[in-house]
Amino acid sequence: MSDRMMASRKVRTRRHGIVVRITHWVNVLCMTVLLMSGLQIFNAHPALYWGTQSNFDHPILRLGSEETPDGSVKGVTTIAGHSADSTGVLGASKVNGEMTARGFPSWITLPSYQDLADGRRWHFFFAWLFVLNGAVYLLSLIVSGHWRGMIPSGAQLRHIGGSIRDHMRLRFPKGEEARTYNVLQRLTYLVLILVVIPVLVLGGLTMSPGLDSVFSGLLDLFGGRQSARTVHFLMAFALLLFTLVHVVMVLLSGFLNNMRSMITGTYVIEEEGRSDG
Amino acid sequence: MADPMNRRGFLTRASLLSSSLLLSGCDPLVQQSWFRNILYGAENVTRSVQGLFLSDARLAPEYSEADISPKFRANGTIRPDDDDYTALAADDFSNWKLEVGGLVERPASYSLADLRGMPSRTQITRHDCVEGWSCIGKWKGVPLAHVLDLVGLKPQARFIVFYCADTMEQTLDGEAKYYESVAIADARHPQTILAYEMNDQVLPIPHGAPLRLRLERQLGYKMAKYIMKIEAVESLKEINGGNGGYWEDNGYEWYAGI
Repeated sequence: MSDRMMASRKVRTRRHGIVVRITHWVNVLCMTVLLMSGLQIFNAHPALYWGTQSNFDHPILRLGSEETPDGSVKGVTTIAGHSADSTGVLGASKVNGEMTARGFPSWITLPSYQDLADGRRWHFFFAWLFVLNGAVYLLSLIVSGHWRGMIPSGAQLRHIGGSIRDHMRLRFPKGEEARTYNVLQRLTYLVLILVVIPVLVLGGLTMSPGLDSVFSGLLDLFGGRQSARTVHFLMAFALLLFTLVHVVMVLLSGFLNNMRSMITGTYVIEEEGRSDG
Repeated sequence: MADPMNRRGFLTRASLLSSSLLLSGCDPLVQQSWFRNILYGAENVTRSVQGLFLSDARLAPEYSEADISPKFRANGTIRPDDDDYTALAADDFSNWKLEVGGLVERPASYSLADLRGMPSRTQITRHDCVEGWSCIGKWKGVPLAHVLDLVGLKPQARFIVFYCADTMEQTLDGEAKYYESVAIADARHPQTILAYEMNDQVLPIPHGAPLRLRLERQLGYKMAKYIMKIEAVESLKEINGGNGGYWEDNGYEWYAGI
């Protein structure tokens, strides 16, 4: 009986098309592998610089290590000349129970053990998949006209303050409003698609000595190969930050409903004017 | 109709399972040869796509004297301890000779003085290590294309192999010495030189004395140091591990333009 009552108050809608659903999960796989293999590659020289070359004495960031007087290893993280002990996580962490000099810990790198060669193999394979997958997504966005759903309307922008307040209170759009992306989603996705991901990809390409001989403008754009490497790293963490917020929002705004809509396409919205059961 | 609880349970379990599989399953996965073949296949895609853009005439960026790194890191072998190399170094390589052979019309060997007497190219370029760092140095040497023209490549030659003095490891059937290889087109690139000078000085031992390769559109490990012999070949399959280089035999890409 309660099932029938619930069904009468809830409306099943189609939310995500098949292309969006497939490319979303391929993207989850790609981004996970790219992040973890990227940190493996970073670990081969766990320091970042600005400019064309590596000024080894003045890194922007270094996940280094020092030997302590008692013979063990201590992790030291240096950011723009300021150092802090980060033993256990950054600079030095346990490998098979033994504290070892290591930029990022083994639980977040792919492979988990130190292996630059295979880290590169993973990274470049999934970089191609990421780019192809992204191209399919963008193409479908353009062909279907759904890109319009990503442009915030004037009315939405005028009420952005209210939207931010609602999100802070964990009050999410319901009813008709939940059928489309809200203003914060639209702005976030636009920044990702137009800024973060293109800069991330271009930064990666700029690190290629082969491509630098053809597109030297890339070097000028980033201010040198080492700057490009630093920006690539920062954009990866911007994407990670987005993903963490995204997952929290998915959890808080109806986890199972959200998961179902991204797997089967069906999303249930509650009709206006009815109270929550 | 399916029980909604079951479906919910499935969704939750599926997402938990897939993430834990991903995190724990990749290390053994990459040991499987079928999976390695797929993963390693990306190198061919990269080489083909970059090949569409990298015409033979495109030059790697060159820098000014002011950009030269005060500290140019030396990587890999810093000082070979092989007896024959140590003996050559003791005499400032006056007894060293570069052997050039394989699929060539006129095999030859050249002393350092011979090489210094040939046309030279000087270039200030960026050296990108596969580890991620970059340094800028000034290199002077003879264009490899000039040496190849002197000996005359046979038509079937497809690769140039560089055999080096430094032993990397002891293997079951003797020693694995450093070696590298490049395609003929890259060997003939105007910036591909056999360098005997670095930053206006005689090439120092940590950077590959008496002779090293500069291959400016690829990563550092391609630029063989301590070169003893150059060979033109048709295939790389029969040489050592068959992958065209010491690091390639250890999983690194043969095409190191990325």
